[in-house]
Amino acid sequence: MPDFMEQPLERAAAIAPPWLQDYMRAGRVRWEASSMPTRKTEQWRYTSLQSLQSAYAAAGDGAVVLADAGIDLPRFDAYRMVFINGHFSPAHSDSDVPAGVSIVRFADADATQAEQIRRYLGTAVGSDQPLFTALNDAAMAEGVFLDIEPRARIERPLHVVWVSGNQSEAFSINQRLLVHCGESSSASVIEHFAGARGEQQSFTNGVTELLLETDASLNHYRLHLEEADALHIGRVHARLDTRATLNTFHMALGSVLKRIDLVVDFIGQGSHCEANGVYLPRGNEHVDYHTCMEHRAPSCTSSETFRGIVGGEATAVFNGRIHIHPDAQKTKAELSNRNLLTSNRAEVNTKPELEIYADDVQCAHGATVAQLDDMSLHYLRSRGLSRADAQMMLSTGFINEVIDSIQCEVLRDYLQALLSQRFAQDPAMLGNVS
Amino acid sequence: MLKVENLHASVDGTDILKGLNLTVNAGEVHAIMGPNGSGKSTLGHVLAGRPGYNVTAGTATFLGQDLFALETEERARLGLFLAFQYPVEIPGVSNMEFLKAAVDAQREQRGEKPIDAVSFMKTARETCKVVDLDPMFLKRGVNEGFSGGEKKRNELLQMMLLQPTLGILDETDSGLDIDALQVVARGVNSMRSPDRAFVMVTHYQRLLDFIEPDFVHVLAGGRIVRSGDKALALELEARGYAWLEEEVA
Repeated sequence: MPDFMEQPLERAAAIAPPWLQDYMRAGRVRWEASSMPTRKTEQWRYTSLQSLQSAYAAAGDGAVVLADAGIDLPRFDAYRMVFINGHFSPAHSDSDVPAGVSIVRFADADATQAEQIRRYLGTAVGSDQPLFTALNDAAMAEGVFLDIEPRARIERPLHVVWVSGNQSEAFSINQRLLVHCGESSSASVIEHFAGARGEQQSFTNGVTELLLETDASLNHYRLHLEEADALHIGRVHARLDTRATLNTFHMALGSVLKRIDLVVDFIGQGSHCEANGVYLPRGNEHVDYHTCMEHRAPSCTSSETFRGIVGGEATAVFNGRIHIHPDAQKTKAELSNRNLLTSNRAEVNTKPELEIYADDVQCAHGATVAQLDDMSLHYLRSRGLSRADAQMMLSTGFINEVIDSIQCEVLRDYLQALLSQRFAQDPAMLGNVS
Repeated sequence: MLKVENLHASVDGTDILKGLNLTVNAGEVHAIMGPNGSGKSTLGHVLAGRPGYNVTAGTATFLGQDLFALETEERARLGLFLAFQYPVEIPGVSNMEFLKAAVDAQREQRGEKPIDAVSFMKTARETCKVVDLDPMFLKRGVNEGFSGGEKKRNELLQMMLLQPTLGILDETDSGLDIDALQVVARGVNSMRSPDRAFVMVTHYQRLLDFIEPDFVHVLAGGRIVRSGDKALALELEARGYAWLEEEVA
């Protein structure tokens, strides 16, 4: 098994609380029994792990660079928790926890909380785990547990920020977010990965488990806004009980390696998931989204819209799997993936994957790879807009259609401004292939 | 204002316009009529610079400038406006944002600062009333999910906000009921002025009951085969186009 994670594993084991030790050891057994995927592994066909293995052969610990991580964190009207290079930063975090929610770092858990965490931890991802989830189990250096009380209505979003700051030595972070939404509760959670521009080389392996009890509702956001040198392999695994509703929004700027898996298990009848996302790799960056809707219960609905703009020599992968199990009658599942290429050298590999074992279901999917529409461009120019302005308006519009689905207004405004800025800075994201 | 001479144009290698001549002076309203496939819409697209519409011979000058040497947006900034027969839907771009960008592009041309968002919003809302379009449509994506009539009214809205020197209306009347037609006519008539001209491409005489043209031209086989005044339109209404096409052949 790959030995490049030896150091983080040892270090995590040394600092882990006693009640977590056996869980981590089990993860380590699975990690050591697995082999590294290659380009021949179907799930990793278009994503190379080369950069990971070469850059992190001796991955160190993330030193805490509190003073100046070199980035501006947006201040939303939200309860904020900040981690810098994997370490909790109380100075940047709020202390007034909203009523109705309990927020516990694994390291701080008392006996009761530890018992709760152990009850839920790993229940969404299950035991038949892919490689990097096993690694996360084994090397879990920082974990956060968000427990929303039954019937609680949490208005302020819970904003968990992971910053990777400048540091000369390469480092890796294995972090875990565990969210439990009690019956009939509602809340919003923003997972935000930010990175400083500069020399940093970091590898984050972030696993998130979302457990929604009966009638619970969660707005979840996972934003990958790290800079190009931040490598990330991440997984969001949700489990929806009866009539639970999950809205999950994803956004990824590119980096050398960014691979995110989203898996939703519909285990309760009538549950619903809306999953939307945008990705914007450029230069020589790579973004890979694998989504999987596991429809196991009847009368559930899933609706997925992912869009990407791929420029330069960047590559993007979108693999959208819909798996309808024999008991999942009356399932309605939709999936749409549209991509805009802004360069002749950019590449997109998109693949819907349907596996349907129930007969009374509705399933629709579509995937396209295209360039900016000539007629739309002409229409805007015929009103006096320059070619560049028209391209910008169309590209932004293409992405904004998805951004508009964000319910959290402050976040929507923040991302729209961020996108406008990015498009304005980088004409390569707008080019029309001619 | 506009002088088109011996214009030949092709689309996908097929010759559509074959020696068209047209002179439009300030203050005039011209109607261009003709049977299907005669090249009416092609004329508008060629003048607006639509990609794929190739000028193979001839010239066009607009306000003293060689029109075909200008990019589409430069023509627009010079004051040429084409109301599309089939306006394009652009989801994700709000109509308001689009309209403001268009107006700002014109202002930039004149060396003015971008218009203040609040006062523009007010103007846009008021103009919506004039063209009988619910101001709600300002927030929607450009033409997104608009009915045929709403799209035409949105074209008119754009024309009224941009105040072009030359307005070319490409079958703006097609698919409109009589009420909508009157709205369009009211809008165009309110814009008529000694400094401005209109070219209306239409299939039916009906529009000309509401917007009285100074000249009526018949386009057939890629050329203007007859010009006259309003009476020509009435004659076409009564007799159809076949006699003219035969006469020309």
